[in-house]
Amino acid sequence: MQSRSNLVPVFLSLAAVMFAVSPFLIDAAPYEATMGLVQRIFYYHVPSAMVMFASAFVCGIASVVYLVKRSSTADAVALAAAELVVVFGLIVLVTGPLWGIKAWGVWWQWDARLTSSLVLWLIFVSYLLLRRFAGAGSEMLAAAVGVFGMANVPFVYWSVNVWRTIHPTTNVVKSLPPEMGLPFYWCAGAFACLYVGVLLTRLRLEESRMALEAAYAEVED
Amino acid sequence: MKQHRFLFSGRIWGSVVLGLLALAAPLVAQQPALDGFVPMDQLAQREVLPATPLVFYAYSFVWLALIGYVFTIWRRLARVEQDLAAVQRRLKEGAGER
Amino acid sequence: MGFLGTVWTIARKDLVVEARSRELAYTTLFFAVSVVLVFSFSFVVDGAPLTDAAAGILWVGIAFSGTLALGRTFERERQADTLKALLLSPVERPAIYLGKLVGVLLLMLGVELFVVPIIGLLFQAPVTRAPWLLAGLLAAGTVGFAAVGTLFAAMLMRAHSRDVLLPVLLYPITVPLVIAGVRGTASIFAVEPNLAVAQAWLSMLVFFDAVFLTLALWVFGPVMNE
Repeated sequence: MQSRSNLVPVFLSLAAVMFAVSPFLIDAAPYEATMGLVQRIFYYHVPSAMVMFASAFVCGIASVVYLVKRSSTADAVALAAAELVVVFGLIVLVTGPLWGIKAWGVWWQWDARLTSSLVLWLIFVSYLLLRRFAGAGSEMLAAAVGVFGMANVPFVYWSVNVWRTIHPTTNVVKSLPPEMGLPFYWCAGAFACLYVGVLLTRLRLEESRMALEAAYAEVED
Repeated sequence: MKQHRFLFSGRIWGSVVLGLLALAAPLVAQQPALDGFVPMDQLAQREVLPATPLVFYAYSFVWLALIGYVFTIWRRLARVEQDLAAVQRRLKEGAGER
Repeated sequence: MGFLGTVWTIARKDLVVEARSRELAYTTLFFAVSVVLVFSFSFVVDGAPLTDAAAGILWVGIAFSGTLALGRTFERERQADTLKALLLSPVERPAIYLGKLVGVLLLMLGVELFVVPIIGLLFQAPVTRAPWLLAGLLAAGTVGFAAVGTLFAAMLMRAHSRDVLLPVLLYPITVPLVIAGVRGTASIFAVEPNLAVAQAWLSMLVFFDAVFLTLALWVFGPVMNE
């Protein structure tokens, strides 16, 4: 517990420094030939999407652990990760259309990746709604939703992909020229550091809240 | 219900909005810095829809959302830990009296 | 009594209760038909339905009426507190889950038996073009929907605001099923039908069913253990 709270300032300040530097690196990156300036949204948009999907898996795995072991830490991790899916998902869903209106001429396209991000986001919003409104004992139910949410990631992606696709494909990242690759991986690192730092902080909040509930229960006895 | 007070509570949203407003001021002041790397004169001729505001909105939204979210966590954490300390103090006093 | 015997006993209990009142059958069916009617106002332009509208309306009707049936089935159990008795009885959790699932499934398939011809009539959908393929798509889609739905409805029994939360949880998670069902059905109903595509969607649905059922069976035990 102590070592974990020591990590938080490290990750958060690392993230802050990386974020502060990122505009300069992005500024130095070359213009993308077809999309021009608006392609620069990419450097924040794609890392947020990566963090969002990673967080969905963190939530799912923590839910599985909670279902098997009933450890309250796993439950807290699942909740923290689900909230972060929603936060980073919101970033993805706002920056995506801002890019789309320029690149495609419309705010929203029923394209594979947009649709699957939206569905994933909705699943985790429903997870939070469940935890907020289902009342006592919602941890178990939420864990089940977390498991289904994680299992659904590839399904949603797959089914939507067969349905339609116009989004730049994943191999764009691999084929990035080095001048674009550096800012991209820099931003991905910044988002990853931020994610870990915020997740740990959110986890601490949840654990403090659990301790508070336990203390209240003790006072009432 | 008291324990599940995250993300939807009116008070938290109120503080988010206030926090965003407070943060918006320096960010708006930063605008020229963000604009700095955009050669506007070249853009206007080549592109029908100006990309600069879009990129600006996207980046400022990301920064605001992240800072705002971290701020809410920090607020909630401060409050919960304060309550926790108070309850634990009361518990200790109670144990002393017994 | 073997495992399957237990499953059937639980399913039959639900069906007997239903056969006496016929409450769920009538209300669900009526609801499905009214959903179809409401959608026809926006998807019929100049007297003719839009492309693929029939497939979409069919599946929306199934999903909506299925949610209604799920909610009501478990509300019945909750009011009489009978699920608690069921959980206390020396029966394996998976058998209880499958029993409830079979009950819901038979009800939903019964409703579809009426809704499909209605869609065929009202939207000139060629429901008899590939009857077995269509039946397969409907059955596979309904199994997946009911598998997730039964799990969530059972979980939500003791939760607050369960009526709202069931669709809120169920629809995003069943999106893959709905996409596969709608696209498969649409490729049968299309002016130039493509049955190979429909078959591909059907196999996808069967795969989703297998995964969702396995997960639900695994999750049902720990969730209902308290």
